[in-house]
This record gives sequence, structure tokens and C-alpha cells, in this order.
Amino acid sequence: MWAYLERLWHRLGSPRHFYDLAGWWLPWLAVSSLLLLGVGITWGLLFAPPDYQQGHSFRIIYIHVPAASLALTGYFAMAVAGVVVLVWRMKMAEVVLQSIAVPGAVMCALALFTGALWGKPTWGTYWFWDARITSMLILLFLYLGVMALGSAIASPVLAARATAVLAIVGAVNIPIIKYSVEWWNTLHQPATFKLTEKPAMAPEMYWPLLVCALGFYLFFAFVVVLRVRNAVLEREAGARWVRELAGEGR
Amino acid sequence: MVFANLDELLHMGGHGPYVWVSYGVSVVALAWLLVAPLLRRRALLRDIARRARRDANRNPQED
Repeated sequence: MWAYLERLWHRLGSPRHFYDLAGWWLPWLAVSSLLLLGVGITWGLLFAPPDYQQGHSFRIIYIHVPAASLALTGYFAMAVAGVVVLVWRMKMAEVVLQSIAVPGAVMCALALFTGALWGKPTWGTYWFWDARITSMLILLFLYLGVMALGSAIASPVLAARATAVLAIVGAVNIPIIKYSVEWWNTLHQPATFKLTEKPAMAPEMYWPLLVCALGFYLFFAFVVVLRVRNAVLEREAGARWVRELAGEGR
Repeated sequence: MVFANLDELLHMGGHGPYVWVSYGVSVVALAWLLVAPLLRRRALLRDIARRARRDANRNPQED
């Protein structure tokens, strides 16, 4: 078992092996994510019952919660990759870190945008400077910072280290976002997903949310893998195997 | 389905615009996340193939 995991780790550390291995995951990720998203969105939008207080506006939850959850998870994953960059100097971790930045920023922006549209009919305002919303806005700026820093520094080694440091330092914001609804008196409602308790939502609203969230996570993994593979091709553009691959016109 | 007809579905008890704009923008965002790396891959491979051909023409003994 350990020997297998160790071998897998080393294979994932090599750009070429990562590229091939990730190529195997792609069709599975594509099919499962699009299927789950299709089912989850249709279910949530057309078949889940309306909320007894919020009416139909609550249907925004099927996008808002998965996007917000991914924005946090994505940043956390960037911070983990950042640690691997700084400690082990692993090239693939640099690539993964940069590849998460754009999809993560999009998820964060979607969470803020759908939250604003949900806030208007529910609280009477698109925007409110409460702890949850403000810390989420800071997360978006952190994502944009990682993107900008990665492209602003010409030396790839320095750029990787600088973005790793920013990703790690910025991760302080993650628990602040997560617990903001408990630590402060926010306008935002408390967490929908709780690992230790039964959900407060009715099952016919909760199940489509789980399906949507799983679909969003798989979709995120799918597009990150696409970006990682592009970055490998770009970095290894001079390598023989990349040239052969390009020559085949695949 | 909880909606009796298309009109009700679009209107959603007055919340229609909020819900539909949320979903519409999200679909566009996800579609862009999917298409952008696919297009980039095509451009990259084309670029690499062109460079490989150019190098091969410059040093014909290598290939």
C-alpha cells in the first residue's frame, strides 16, 4: 500500500506522467460532472418545493452554496500546493497552484454575484458589509492577487515561490470566512452543510443541493486538470514527447 | 414539477429575474471555464508543432 502510494506520488511529480495519468481521468470527470450538474440543476430549479419563507428565490442556493464552498476549498488546495512548492520544490505543485487560481476566482465571483441576487428579494439589499460577505470579497482579491503575481514575475522559480507565500498567508482568511457566521452577528444565514449534524433543510431540497455540489466539485477538478495539462505542455514545449504529441495533431 | 406552466416557471412568484439571471450568468461562467482551456490547448499544440517543424527544417539530420 505504502509502496504504491509512494510510486503514485513520484509519478504525479513528473510532468509527463502527470499529463498521461490526468488524461485518463478526463473522460470520467467530464461525463460524471456534466451528468450530475444536469440532474442537480433540473431537480433544484424545477422539482424542489419552494421555501416557505423565501419562496422561489431560494433556488439560487443550488449555485450559490456549491460555488462558495469550492471557492474556499480551491483556495485551501492552493495553500497546500504552496506548502509543497516551498518545502519540496515540486514543479507539479507550482503548476497545480496556478491552475486553480482562475477557476477558483470564477467560483468566488459567482458566489458573490448569486449571493447579491439572492440578497435583494430576501434582505432587501444586494450588498451588505457583514463579516461573511466582506471576507468573501477579500478571498476574491486574494485569488486575483495570486493570478497577478504569477504572471507579473518573469522568473518562474521566483513567481512560484511568491504565489506560494501569498496562497499560504491568504489561507488565514479561510477559517475567518467559514466561522464568520458563528463568530459575528451576520445578516448571512448559518452554514447549510454541516458534517456533524443533520441538515436543517427538508430532504427534497437538500438532495438536489448535494447532487449540484458534487457536480460542481467534479467540474472544478475537470477544468483544473485541463489547465494543468496545458501548463505542462507549455513548460515542456521543447521536450521530445510534447513535440511528438503536437506532431500527431491530437 | 412544481410549476403549472411556463409562465409560472419564468415568473417564479416575482423572484424569476433573480433566479434566472443567477443561473444564466453561472452557465456562461462555467461554459467559459470549460471552453477556454480547450481552445488554449489547440493553440498550444499548433504552436509547438509549428516550432518543431521549423527546427526540423533547420537541422534536417536530427529528425
